[in-house]
Amino acid sequence: MTSGYNFTQKHILGIHHLSADDIDFILKTADSFKEISTRAIKKVPTMRGLTVVNLFFEPSTRTRLSFEIAAKRMSADTYNISASTSSTVKGETLIDTARNISAMKPDIIIMRHSFAGAPDMLTRYIDASVINAGDGSHEHPSQGLLDMMTVREHKGRLEGLKVTIVGDILHSRVARSDILGFTRMGARVFVYGPATMIPPGLEELGATVCSSLEEAVADADVVMTLRIQKERQKDPLFPSLREYAQKYGINRRILDRARPDAIVMHPGPINRGVELMPDVADGPRSVILDQVTNGVAVRMALLYLVMGNS
Amino acid sequence: MAESLLLQNGRIIDPDNGFDRQGDLLIVDGKVAAVGTPPPEDVQIVDVRGCWVMPGLIDMHVHLREPGEEYKEDIETGTRAAAAGGFTAVACMPNTRPVNDCLAVTSLILERAARGSARVYPVGAISRGSRGESLADFGEMKEAGVVAVSDDGMPVVDSQLMRRALEYAADHRLTVISHSEELFLSRHGVMNEGPVSTRLGLKGIPAAAEAIMVYRDIALAEYTGRPVHIAHVSTAMATDLIRAAKTRGVRVTAETTPHYFTLTDEAVQGYNTNAKMNPPLRSEADRRAVLQGLVDGTLDAVATDHAPHSTLEKDVEFDLAANGVIGLETAVPLTLELVRRGVIDEQRFVRLLSLNPARILNVPGGSLAPGQPADVSVIDPAEQFVYTVDSVMSKSKNSPFLGRSLQGRAVMTLVDGRVMFSRPR
Repeated sequence: MTSGYNFTQKHILGIHHLSADDIDFILKTADSFKEISTRAIKKVPTMRGLTVVNLFFEPSTRTRLSFEIAAKRMSADTYNISASTSSTVKGETLIDTARNISAMKPDIIIMRHSFAGAPDMLTRYIDASVINAGDGSHEHPSQGLLDMMTVREHKGRLEGLKVTIVGDILHSRVARSDILGFTRMGARVFVYGPATMIPPGLEELGATVCSSLEEAVADADVVMTLRIQKERQKDPLFPSLREYAQKYGINRRILDRARPDAIVMHPGPINRGVELMPDVADGPRSVILDQVTNGVAVRMALLYLVMGNS
Repeated sequence: MAESLLLQNGRIIDPDNGFDRQGDLLIVDGKVAAVGTPPPEDVQIVDVRGCWVMPGLIDMHVHLREPGEEYKEDIETGTRAAAAGGFTAVACMPNTRPVNDCLAVTSLILERAARGSARVYPVGAISRGSRGESLADFGEMKEAGVVAVSDDGMPVVDSQLMRRALEYAADHRLTVISHSEELFLSRHGVMNEGPVSTRLGLKGIPAAAEAIMVYRDIALAEYTGRPVHIAHVSTAMATDLIRAAKTRGVRVTAETTPHYFTLTDEAVQGYNTNAKMNPPLRSEADRRAVLQGLVDGTLDAVATDHAPHSTLEKDVEFDLAANGVIGLETAVPLTLELVRRGVIDEQRFVRLLSLNPARILNVPGGSLAPGQPADVSVIDPAEQFVYTVDSVMSKSKNSPFLGRSLQGRAVMTLVDGRVMFSRPR
């Protein structure tokens, strides 16, 4: 087991709160846990007797499943609460919900919420460790970490790489966690998307905003494209999905501008033919399913590490 | 026998009468006595050495929540907080439940206010129900006692209606106070749009949302020749527009609040709902521009926009939290901070918090001339204290300044010569 580093975080609220050493230690821990998922018996007793609650106020398939599998492979007892079955529909406040769950003495609460800052708020009212599984447009730290793990696996390093993120940066919690994480680890992050989806002040987070897709992708080591949230089309930030696909979608032609060994990533779920063309998504440069595999390892590592401080 | 009170050895600051010197202020029968009037033998003497004695401070923008939301504040507690904060009068906004858009609500407010600790000047709604559709009965409300009209909390979206409000209000000598916000730009926004909103992942409200509407209101005031008062200015853009309009001779006045000249959107960090208000806390450049506006006369008044909310509205997710912060008990020390730092002088302090609000609202006050009602604020500019939840007189505790060390505090607040508040020294 990885040792010799004093990991002091009780909660994982965002990459913002993690140092480069914290991130490095999480990734190393995740690397060491990855092998467990390849065994015939995919279970270690490390977290036996501990209670992990998945508190999801927003629909999620892969993130929730990934956290649940991670917890179960560590032998924790896991419970899932989703918004449709939760007491919020009965008018209970988030604080009351949190206090009630806290009264049942869970060790770790994994929370997804449509409002930024909801996990921060939770930490003020409960004793358990809180892991943010995505809060509004704020952060999605486990996704940022699994992205870094995947890139490091393929490139052997993060430092000095050109990481390009294309799409709806404004609404993307993944983009924020990735920008903070990759830059903290010494990579250079370039972003591009319709100007309506580029929020002010990205430079202060460490990103460089590009003025064309070509510029953004040129000589990139990593090309990551973000999901266009079709449900946001009530307040459209671009004229049509068709035009988006033409002007901002990642296809083979644009990918030729990246480095020959560039990898393609996507946090999922993919809108095939919109932000990512099918031949690229399924092509040899795509590491999208590696991201999903590594997600389990990163989440095992996060559960393990906060357990030591909860 | 006349009732009389002598405030002895204070520093009397009265810019309206060009007065700033050590002296005694004599109050007889609720009025400022003529200079040189010998104090009666049975005069009550209060030693206010080291304190400033000023015409009563007037907060021209508060929410007292009565009628309808008495669990947040009521006229009794709100005026008590006002007096404790050094204010002798407040102008209360009409967004109560029901909205103060008619004689009956205005009368109820004034009836309750008669037992309060400070004068209350009700502000009536511009539009019926503040729905922005048709004018409320200005004439009837004026008779009942409103001094101004505003749909505060919401802008008057319909420019034709706003134009008519300016014209019709002038007939009735009512000040029109504009909440200037372009609602399409601010829609769903919960904080200032900028690097901090990007980092926190919160939907932003751009500075242009304020500036666009401020310019609309300036254009209407310029076109009609009628005055307009801009509430709670928060941005450099709006301050510049107002400055340029004043230079052209447009009859525009404006206020800002201590939170806009003290804090920036960094205060939202940690999703602090006590730093959520509308307009939102802005950037450092905006904060400095607002300060400059206070210095050069672009901004005429400091008001608090005292907006009490209970834990029901504030102990929730940031997106869901209500807009607004309390301010009656922190305005004096926060504005005094500007005097201590040499940003404004003592005379300007009194103009911003007393004389100018009185003039904008066309109400008595702002002067200690003999014969004036003895509305007097006495503050100790040296007193240091920590602003704690336990000390808050307001029913609600939603202040971004809790825990802060402050300097300068009300010692005694008199309305018509009656002591409404006094703090043991």
